[in-house]
Amino acid sequence: MNARANIISRLTRTGDRGVLRFITCGSVDDGKSTLIGRLLYDSKLIFDDQLSTLEKDSRKHGTVGEEIDFALLLDGLEAERQQGITIDVAYRFFSTDKRKFVVADTPGHEQYTRNMATGASTADLAIILIDARKGVLVQTLRHSYIAHMMGIRHVVLAVNKMDLAGHSRARFHEIVANYLARVEALGFETITPIPMSARYGENVTQRSPAMDWHDGPTLLEHLEQIETEADARSGPFRFPVQWVNRPNLDFRGFAGTIVSGTVKPGDEVVVASSGQTAKVARIVTAEGDIVEAGAGEAVTLVLDAEIDIIRGDMLSAAGDRPNVASQFAAEVLWMHEDAMHPGRSYLLKAGGQVTPVSVTELKYGVDINTYDHIPAKELGMNAIGQCNLSTSRAIAFDPYHEIRDTGSFILIDRYTNQTVGAGMIRFALRRATNIHAQKMDVTKARRAELKAQKPAVLWFTGLSGAGKSTIANIVERRLAEAGHHTYSLDGDNVRHGLNRDLGFTEGDRVENIRRIGEVAKLFVDAGLIVTCSFISPFRAERQMVRELMEEGEFIEVFVDAPLEVCMARDPKGLYKKAQAGEIKNFTGFDSPYEAPEMPELHVETGQISAEEAADRVIAILRQSGRLG
Amino acid sequence: MVDRSVIAARIADYANTFGQPRAGKPSLSAHLKALEAESIHIMREVAAEFSNPVMLYSIGKDSAVMLHLALKAFYPSRPPFPLQHVDTTWKFRDMIMYRDALAEALGLEMRVEINEDGLKRGIGPFASGSNLHTQVMKTEALRAAMNRHGYDAAFGGARRDEEKSRAKERIFSFRDANHGWEPRNQRPELWQTYNTRIRQGESIRVFPLSNWTELDIWQYILEEDIPIVPLYLAAERPVVERDGQLLMVDDDRFVFANGETAQMRMVRFRTLGCYPLTGAIESTAATLEEVVMEMLTARTSERSGRLIDHDEAGSMEKKKREGYF
Repeated sequence: MNARANIISRLTRTGDRGVLRFITCGSVDDGKSTLIGRLLYDSKLIFDDQLSTLEKDSRKHGTVGEEIDFALLLDGLEAERQQGITIDVAYRFFSTDKRKFVVADTPGHEQYTRNMATGASTADLAIILIDARKGVLVQTLRHSYIAHMMGIRHVVLAVNKMDLAGHSRARFHEIVANYLARVEALGFETITPIPMSARYGENVTQRSPAMDWHDGPTLLEHLEQIETEADARSGPFRFPVQWVNRPNLDFRGFAGTIVSGTVKPGDEVVVASSGQTAKVARIVTAEGDIVEAGAGEAVTLVLDAEIDIIRGDMLSAAGDRPNVASQFAAEVLWMHEDAMHPGRSYLLKAGGQVTPVSVTELKYGVDINTYDHIPAKELGMNAIGQCNLSTSRAIAFDPYHEIRDTGSFILIDRYTNQTVGAGMIRFALRRATNIHAQKMDVTKARRAELKAQKPAVLWFTGLSGAGKSTIANIVERRLAEAGHHTYSLDGDNVRHGLNRDLGFTEGDRVENIRRIGEVAKLFVDAGLIVTCSFISPFRAERQMVRELMEEGEFIEVFVDAPLEVCMARDPKGLYKKAQAGEIKNFTGFDSPYEAPEMPELHVETGQISAEEAADRVIAILRQSGRLG
Repeated sequence: MVDRSVIAARIADYANTFGQPRAGKPSLSAHLKALEAESIHIMREVAAEFSNPVMLYSIGKDSAVMLHLALKAFYPSRPPFPLQHVDTTWKFRDMIMYRDALAEALGLEMRVEINEDGLKRGIGPFASGSNLHTQVMKTEALRAAMNRHGYDAAFGGARRDEEKSRAKERIFSFRDANHGWEPRNQRPELWQTYNTRIRQGESIRVFPLSNWTELDIWQYILEEDIPIVPLYLAAERPVVERDGQLLMVDDDRFVFANGETAQMRMVRFRTLGCYPLTGAIESTAATLEEVVMEMLTARTSERSGRLIDHDEAGSMEKKKREGYF
């Protein structure tokens, strides 16, 4: 054997088991940082210079006296070190002869749910830490639920600090029995209880003479041995296309990572969304073509037929296809301070598929401490809910608990671009497939033609008292005088009928605009020019209405007047009431107004008269050819 | 300094044989295969979702691995982005030689940014100290390059195991329009679904090697036979011992302190940067195999040779906020 082969075999030794990703759950008080520090230290992953920095830091910030405080080794950011808290997910690495380990370490306080879910999303195993003196706590159940929700199937119940519980076998068994009874409903595939003392390394990397009654493995032995990925290759073939590889006219390949199953040249595959099929001609890699590839491998597929495939499409086994639907049920975890409201439009990203989405129904929230269902109207930060969602375009997916990578999605705020939610799809909704659009003989174009105009929505947005209704009224009067067909939707009028069941909370405001948008769309379909005068304070809802219409039909008019001017005008006396505290959630006062960024028209009613503003609106209609 | 033709021949061989099956090559270790697939996935996401990505290329071993992965990710196409090097003008001469030979052999566009203004002002590690030098010649030059070319995504070779503040770094790390990094403004990252949406002027730094360790990098270089700058291998080199660090006298700009002289010692480097700011270690590991063997018994972390990290506690975090990679 040459030197190179020799060193490689020494590095990989008896059977390289690849990578195991796991998450540690618990608080610092349970000895979590000590446990991770111990694993790193015992596998010689802490270097001398890091150790000397650690000793220095332990004296400065430490909480365990003169001993080395492993927590300081793990807390990364300066701000956290000073405040003695960790605020995020940190990833650690260590390896043994048999395996490489990636550890997601998450802190145990306020933002816990979001952080733990993030760490758990890529983990195959969870270590749930329990202080032997305290037993199963509410947080233990919480951690177990999140692990289950995120699709982790293997749990290690690490009963720590056994040295402080007299290394008692009876105590250990009592805790294990209690835990197993409490989490039975979560259906983990394996639960491996291990009594240990992380501080002294007992049953972590070495067997404990004081607990010779424990006949199971040590933690490290278990982590080295456990099989977690066996079924990924045996599942149905799934290949989300990431990038179309087209170096020249003779080569067209589809680059991506196989997330489930295997593929061979000759296999028939189908584009999930279109149903088009082809056979795999080649599996291309930089090492040359290969004869088979399986889950986890990044490859480039060449097909035997020219079919339409773009990024975001999913190639699947022709005989075992994923769901394709635009309505589905999912468990949603909310991760942002601004709450999720049903009806609001977000962007959904699932693999390479990106589409607008809204929650059509929030069925119930989940109390992750008790696993009870609780009524919910919105989801705040760290809340979890069962939701029905509706996307603008159908997406291809599998149930999350069958295939994680094709059953998950993130939700993105359309204006801040923040990642605000994460979802685990449960099943497609049947109604999605049974409702088909009824085709009518008289079309929208025909109706508009008869009226010698092109339909449009004039959407007036702005603070109360800015002059929306006044301008809309003049515009409609002039249009009518010129023989055009119009209709007006106005905030107060709509709330007397269609929306009289709605209040002024953020959630109700979202629903208010959603219904108005749908009604406006019907009038546009009828061929009318519709004026809509609504404060409509949130960009997301105005965008939602814009997207209901065809290109050019939605004309946003920002009726802009400074708050002081509106308060001085106060035509309905509402500002006075708001100031007196009689009205809550009043826009501009104790509820925000998000000004349009690129309205079709911006009129400052402090500068020009309502008549002049109406002139400009009509000018826009004329310029865009909507008045025939 | 190593003979240019030796490096050039090694690199030319690498470039010419890339993509050809190599007879008798054992298959890649399982854990490296998993890491490789993850990195390739990340790179393809960037190529698909950004309009003007770039690979920040620093000539070191991590950059060598990152470039190798990019060649694989887009094969048989070339990587659909240029390389960008920020040249502080104080890099080891062997590094520059290697950089130019590699770009030429692979036919890749290598953009080089130098802070000409800083150069005129005479900023350098000896004259200005490591802090000012790094700020002006590296951080500011990088920002200038980002602005000049309008990159919306930039690959970097940073790894989470390098330093404490990096353990929490995202794979897709959001930067505001001033290239600043705000720890509280980072997006949660679930599964392998990355939020790539940004506004005009904002950008994302992408770290495809996040989950690799130093040992993984070496093992991969060994198994994949990737050419690296010869400074990583031990050789007799002229060094000065200063404050417990061994500094190499790479050219005649080296400023000796009173009583210092260069001595020939058998040394190598674990990381490469500006030569006056990069400590060597004494070693006899003159081959890759020996380097890996030495790694297995190493007792200091690789960044201990980086003088800039020791300036003050939390110094990496501070530099990152200012836009240092």
